[in-house]
Amino acid sequence: MSLLTLDRLDVRHGLLQAVREVSFAIEKGEIVALVGANGAGKSTLLRAIAGAHIPASGRIAFEGADVTGLRAHKRVAKGIALVPEGRRLFGAMTIDENLQVATRVGRRGYWTSETVMELFPMLRARRSSLTGNLSGGERQAAAIGRALMTNPRLLLLDEVSLGLAPVVVDGLYRSMRSLLQGDATLVLVEQDLGRALSVATRVMCMLEGRIVLDGRVGEVTREQIVDAYFGLRGGAGRDHDTKATA
Amino acid sequence: MSIVNLVAQGALLGGYYALLACGLSLMFGVMRIINLAHGDLAVLGAFLVFVISDYFNISPFLALVAVLPIMAAVGWLMQRGMLERSLRSGMLVPLLATFGLSIAVENLLFEAYGADTRSLAPMIGDLAFDSLEVSNQLSISYLAALIFALAVALLGGLSLFLKHTSLGRAIRATAEDADTAELVGVNSRSVYAIAAAIAVATAGLAGTMLAMRATFDPYSGPMQLIFAFEAVVIGGIGSLWGTLLGGIVLGLAQSIGATFDPRWFLLAGHLTFLAILGGRMFNEWARARGGLRSSLGFWR
Repeated sequence: MSLLTLDRLDVRHGLLQAVREVSFAIEKGEIVALVGANGAGKSTLLRAIAGAHIPASGRIAFEGADVTGLRAHKRVAKGIALVPEGRRLFGAMTIDENLQVATRVGRRGYWTSETVMELFPMLRARRSSLTGNLSGGERQAAAIGRALMTNPRLLLLDEVSLGLAPVVVDGLYRSMRSLLQGDATLVLVEQDLGRALSVATRVMCMLEGRIVLDGRVGEVTREQIVDAYFGLRGGAGRDHDTKATA
Repeated sequence: MSIVNLVAQGALLGGYYALLACGLSLMFGVMRIINLAHGDLAVLGAFLVFVISDYFNISPFLALVAVLPIMAAVGWLMQRGMLERSLRSGMLVPLLATFGLSIAVENLLFEAYGADTRSLAPMIGDLAFDSLEVSNQLSISYLAALIFALAVALLGGLSLFLKHTSLGRAIRATAEDADTAELVGVNSRSVYAIAAAIAVATAGLAGTMLAMRATFDPYSGPMQLIFAFEAVVIGGIGSLWGTLLGGIVLGLAQSIGATFDPRWFLLAGHLTFLAILGGRMFNEWARARGGLRSSLGFWR
């Protein structure tokens, strides 16, 4: 049984169709890099998996159970956590409080305030500061930590390196493998192909709402990924009449 | 009337306004809903206490113990049944929905109990008029002191609850960003319903205090809403301790106004509210133009 199965998933923003008939399965323990240009539908896909967007049609199954109609907080209880684009921390609350909010769902496991602080030592000194006053790297670490506090089985990371200094991103990516300690499977959306491939075991490329490439890292070449990224050789099932999604 | 007495009476009156404003402030802070039915819900609470203590011939304080959970249930139902739907349609629809609720509550109360003015004062014995003579210049009414103490306890208790409990943190997180709260496992709809239940229960408490210290009838709600609204705005929207301060400022302004002329009681309160609101708007306007001094253009 796959950890996550998507079956012909369509997600719309009003009239705009952001995700088109996406189907795939993710197995436990994989690290999936989801790459693609701006507006390819990566964030929307992650948000649909997390329950922040209700799909127009199609089916999402998690550990064999249908979760398509479940609200986001119920999916968190089942073990799906999203680190949203732009961190989205609770700025009027301290780091500690941000982490504690995520314990309400009651999923106990490897990740506690202490193990999160061990993973991101820079948070320890600032645990009582309001997150509104933190640096970008600290905020991103706090946002990842907050998602980890729900001890997810599937962790979705949306553009964690966006807006951060390269040295900070290096640090985050070094911690990435430690995220698996909590028995999690990772899906990360990343603009930077090199970084994504440095940690991933599988790469998927999205173009105009579709998955146009899906393969194991090492089995697909960088050129194939770049071609799929820009849609140069008309990847699988691409619709040439469709205008690029916003 | 001595200055000390004036300030004491004004501040104690402010305690009542703070008690009344607490729920309004909470609902606005958490759900961004201005509950125009707040005053009418307070009056509904007063009627429930009146009816229960009259029917069973018990103390209004005992009746209040039964009424608070009823009011909490009313708040919960109001959120789940009405406001939750209206929230999906933007800012204006919840406002209109609470306006409609306000009219419905007023007229249902009128239908059921008629236009008679009532008071709980006859049912609470000496507490209605006893006071502590601190000096021959200053006497403190026990009831006013009780109401003030209730306001401080309620606002303080609510602050501690929001700061230090798991549910309190969930309420604050949802208030700040409901979508993200959902993504970390908080059931935002249930949090909203709990906040509404607390807010309406406190409205019932405030309405009961109104009924003990003064009179009420089915149409008393809107005036109470205005007092609560003024206290919230003066104190700064979304701040619980600010609400206490706002209530006290409003009470002081009314008391001071009334010493010049009894007709100035309400007017002084409204003018103070307008002056503070105007000052805030002017400050914002000035800040948008690089500070007060440069915007006024003299100070070179």
